[in-house]
Amino acid sequence: MNVAKDIQKRKRHEAIFAVVGFLALMIGVLTFVALFIDMAIKGAGRLDWDFFTSFPSRRAGQAGILSAWVGSTLVMLVTAFFAVPLGVAAGVYLEEYARKNWLTDLIEINITNLAGVPSIVYGLLALGLFVYQFGFGQSILSAGLTLALLILPVVIVATREAIRSIPQSIREGSYALGATQWQTVRYHILPYSSAGILTGIIIGMARAIGETAPIITIGALTFIAFLPPAPVTAQPPFFSVEWLFSPFTVMPIQMFNWTSRPEAAFQVNAAAAGFVLVIMTLAMNGLAIWLRYRLRRNIKW
Amino acid sequence: MSAPDTLMSQDLMQEAQAAPASKAEVDRLDFYYGDFRALKSISMPVYDRQVTALIGPSGCGKSTFLRCFNRMHDLYPGNRYAGRIVLHPDNSDLLAREVDPIEVRMRLGMVFQKPNPFPKSIFENVAYGLRVRGEGSRRRIEEKVEQALEDAALFDEVKDRLHEPAYNLSGGQQQRLCIARALATDPELLLFDEPTSALDPIATASIEELIHDLKKRVTILIVTHNMQQAARVSDYTAYMYLGELIEFGVTDELFIKPKMKQTEDYITGRFG
Repeated sequence: MNVAKDIQKRKRHEAIFAVVGFLALMIGVLTFVALFIDMAIKGAGRLDWDFFTSFPSRRAGQAGILSAWVGSTLVMLVTAFFAVPLGVAAGVYLEEYARKNWLTDLIEINITNLAGVPSIVYGLLALGLFVYQFGFGQSILSAGLTLALLILPVVIVATREAIRSIPQSIREGSYALGATQWQTVRYHILPYSSAGILTGIIIGMARAIGETAPIITIGALTFIAFLPPAPVTAQPPFFSVEWLFSPFTVMPIQMFNWTSRPEAAFQVNAAAAGFVLVIMTLAMNGLAIWLRYRLRRNIKW
Repeated sequence: MSAPDTLMSQDLMQEAQAAPASKAEVDRLDFYYGDFRALKSISMPVYDRQVTALIGPSGCGKSTFLRCFNRMHDLYPGNRYAGRIVLHPDNSDLLAREVDPIEVRMRLGMVFQKPNPFPKSIFENVAYGLRVRGEGSRRRIEEKVEQALEDAALFDEVKDRLHEPAYNLSGGQQQRLCIARALATDPELLLFDEPTSALDPIATASIEELIHDLKKRVTILIVTHNMQQAARVSDYTAYMYLGELIEFGVTDELFIKPKMKQTEDYITGRFG
């Protein structure tokens, strides 16, 4: 047996895989980069201050995304307000409190499956439940609740995984000092898992901000030239929840609307809005990475 | 043996007087992991302000036994106790159903095999037991934390960095921090579960010295897989094998002239 020849042959296989793997990676990365650059170049002409401060218009050159980004921001606020406490509490309960039996197994499998349900199904559910049954109408509140439902499984799963990474010795250390279960959760489990939970929340929100189908289903407007009422008022009690029931639009719907116009000028607007949306999503993911880094710095086992 | 009866009984009486007061009495303790009987009818005393070592080969149930004292097994489903562990002076049964495990853990402290400081500051680690009990006075917490760190022979090393993260400490310091954490709430009985198995010899020596000092104030029960350690630090030793208590006695006697053949085989290294 010629050893040198044998090694050479095995090394050739290694080189082949390295090339195939590299190509596979590049196909993914380059496609995204190409799309992103294409969008940036196409939309660059419209990306100025006016674009962010103007309402949509029949004239492409004057149209902007003011109502869309305000709408997206407000819907995200409502989504976070409901999804975060519900998801975190449910995750903590499943991990720390629930007895491990067939029922919790069933719930666990269902939550994982819920994360894979097509978003339009959530839209249909929300149309029946929030819009008509609860009478919230085609409002920011309905949209926020719908997206909260959509990302709830993501938040629950992220919470559970973050909690699972806490070693049992920390829990035992806490219990051994006479702590109750709630004290252990409050002083140890939640603080030490907050980095993972926050990351999960933001990844979920980044998914929600780009969702179009369920928002269209519950009846978001595609053309809207006013802002919801301000949440702060001059008269006591100095705040108002009226904005929750206001009609709205969001970034992806604004984009969708522009791409369906025949005039080429609107395609430029769509590209510019798409660029802004991608930047918003990337910014959220960046925030998640930064927060994880910040919060994990002080936690070691 | 031709010693007169009177002399014998005098000897026994002297021995009885020499034996310290009992802090806890284990009475026919059984423990089950599901259907598996891990501890088999264990009965033994734990003497007040003495160090009692539990030795035996891996899997003999010594850690399981230790964790019965502060009801750690209650944290996991399917575990069951039978028998009693009576804590003096109030003669309460630690294992009784109506006794809340939280109350038990407030009276007994525990130090684990691997140092497990919380990822918080040194100060907060020691203060935790007090905070859990609802101690609101900052001044009292500060006093207690300082005292506990002194008692754990750690204060001088950390006094200038009480608010730095505990994980910056060395392994031995972390373990002494865990001891301070347990001491801060004045436990009546301190449980050590192989406290030096993750430490180097120098850190081990300092922990052993500390255990020796602590027994003036608190009763200590220590599990160790290291027979030399048991011989060095303990006053009484219990040898366990396969969930049974084979022999219990004064450490010096048990190591020099064990009554049971099994004990002798183990301590002379013929087995285990």
